[in-house]
Amino acid sequence: MDLEPFSEHTETRWVLAPRGKMRVPGVIYATEDLIRDMDDKVLEQLSNVATLPGIVRAAYAMPDAHWGYGFPIGGVAAFDPEAGGVVSAGGVGFDISCGVRTLLTGLTREDILAVQEPLAEALFAHVPAGLGSTGHITLNEAEMDAMLEGGAQWAVERGWGRPEDLERIEERGRMAGADPAQVSARARERQRKEMGTLGSGNHYLEVQHVTAVYREDIARAYGLAVGNAVVSIHCGSRGLGHQIGTEFLKKMVQAAARYGIDLPDRELACAPIDSPVGRQYLGAMRAAINCALANRQIITHLVREAFAGVLPEADLRLLYDVSHNTRKEEEHEVDGVKKRLFVHRKGATRAFGPGHPLIPEDLRPFGQPVIIGGTMGTASYILAGSETGERLAFSSACHGAGRAMSRRQATRTWHGRDIVEELRRRGIIVKSPSLRGVAEEAPGAYKDVSAVVEAADAAGLAHKVARLEPLITIKG
Amino acid sequence: MERGHWEHFEHQADIGVRGCGPDLDTAFEQAGIALTAVVTDPAKVEPREAVPIEARAVDVEFLFVEWLDALIYEMATRGMLFSRYEVHIDADRTHLTATAWGEAVDRERHQPAVEVKGATLTELKVWQEDGAWCAQCVVDV
Repeated sequence: MDLEPFSEHTETRWVLAPRGKMRVPGVIYATEDLIRDMDDKVLEQLSNVATLPGIVRAAYAMPDAHWGYGFPIGGVAAFDPEAGGVVSAGGVGFDISCGVRTLLTGLTREDILAVQEPLAEALFAHVPAGLGSTGHITLNEAEMDAMLEGGAQWAVERGWGRPEDLERIEERGRMAGADPAQVSARARERQRKEMGTLGSGNHYLEVQHVTAVYREDIARAYGLAVGNAVVSIHCGSRGLGHQIGTEFLKKMVQAAARYGIDLPDRELACAPIDSPVGRQYLGAMRAAINCALANRQIITHLVREAFAGVLPEADLRLLYDVSHNTRKEEEHEVDGVKKRLFVHRKGATRAFGPGHPLIPEDLRPFGQPVIIGGTMGTASYILAGSETGERLAFSSACHGAGRAMSRRQATRTWHGRDIVEELRRRGIIVKSPSLRGVAEEAPGAYKDVSAVVEAADAAGLAHKVARLEPLITIKG
Repeated sequence: MERGHWEHFEHQADIGVRGCGPDLDTAFEQAGIALTAVVTDPAKVEPREAVPIEARAVDVEFLFVEWLDALIYEMATRGMLFSRYEVHIDADRTHLTATAWGEAVDRERHQPAVEVKGATLTELKVWQEDGAWCAQCVVDV
């Protein structure tokens, strides 16, 4: 990206002053190296988001930002319902409430290495992954409604998990305000066989070990120490969320025209928050958030079953569950006044700072755990919401490495088999139904996750707490 | 007979599908093959079973999105992959009827790389150039 358009900048904060129809500035949090590598499209899309009605303060991009659909991936924007604010299906994305959860195991790296192969086999056999896999659970209409209303709470009530898991999930495992009536028959049909499935693409299940701790105090509160083994699950709302996203994207193109919203890019399709389409979308999107939370909860149960057969001494407790494709109603301070805002985070993680009432009580003094998924050959990170995050970007941080290379380029550059063998030599077992899928997700196809996390930490969006490296990767 | 052709084009996070042919019907058919090629090699998919498809939209570009979304829906809910298509687009270009031929996903044989979540409006374009029709958009995977 050309640095010329930025009117002011620090080491990690780059400001694009409003121009043309922009109502607010665009702000990118990144180092100069990261920003130079970003596609020019990120700035174009950020400027477009800044033109939307009711946007508050600025349109933000995180250090892992890349070219998305209308909104940049790694984008954050808050809208004021009292100032004509809008809601956008593209600003949430197709994989509604895609996210990551990390489980503590009570085990060490050595415990895992002693059973690495049988554990990898057990996880691969237990957790349905990849295209063409189907879940063990089929929901009838009444149960589908209950799931869409209840999220992870519903899953725990049905025996997939423990009540204490819910304490460690955003919204305590259930997004309020879901309206299953707004979820179409086609969205339901796409989900019928997909409960408790991992999906494909960049979704994964990993057994990892903690290789570095950067903040002892926070790590201790989170239950993390060097040498500990943990499990991370990255997936979303599966076919149901994808269908809702595609249906409302098209509906909102028409709605925007009807409400006279001037769209610089039709992918930014949106509707006033308080309009029939806006309300329908919010009801459906919240139901899809519950679907994602239920899905990750069921997978957690399957992971526990797989561990029980191989390492019965394991005690898998949830550290935290974050979603990085959402639009949530939150209270934030704007110019000294508390306001109720609707915050879009597309490929960005909520990162409440210390003391926030929505953080579980035992973790509250340390800030909300923020889980950053890496690629299979590199690392993932645990961060903590900072004191400055709210002021900088409505308490938001990055979500992952972000792609640096297209899938096509990746398959031309690497063979899946070579990657599996290379990682095995480095002590990582990869299980996947598709070698081409492995090639498309090659570690080299992604940005350097460590540089992204460093930038988020240096910018003050969140504190770097611990680094996780994989021992077993199950790829969809 | 001129059969047209398909190709993928680059998008940083995802992938673009493009179909071209002597008429709009063929362009849509070829884009359908490009869609399958996101998942697997279309040559490995046997056209054993026929699935009827119908789509409607306000204009030809949205009709293309509806066409791909209909295929994505059938792939997901039937657990199938398609390798042959026959598309008939009405004269006003807002309605189509089609048949897609394919088979159930075989994970060993097809090695499906990734599932497609939906068609997007990014790089969405339907155009005519030098007597050929082309249709394209990015799909989210």
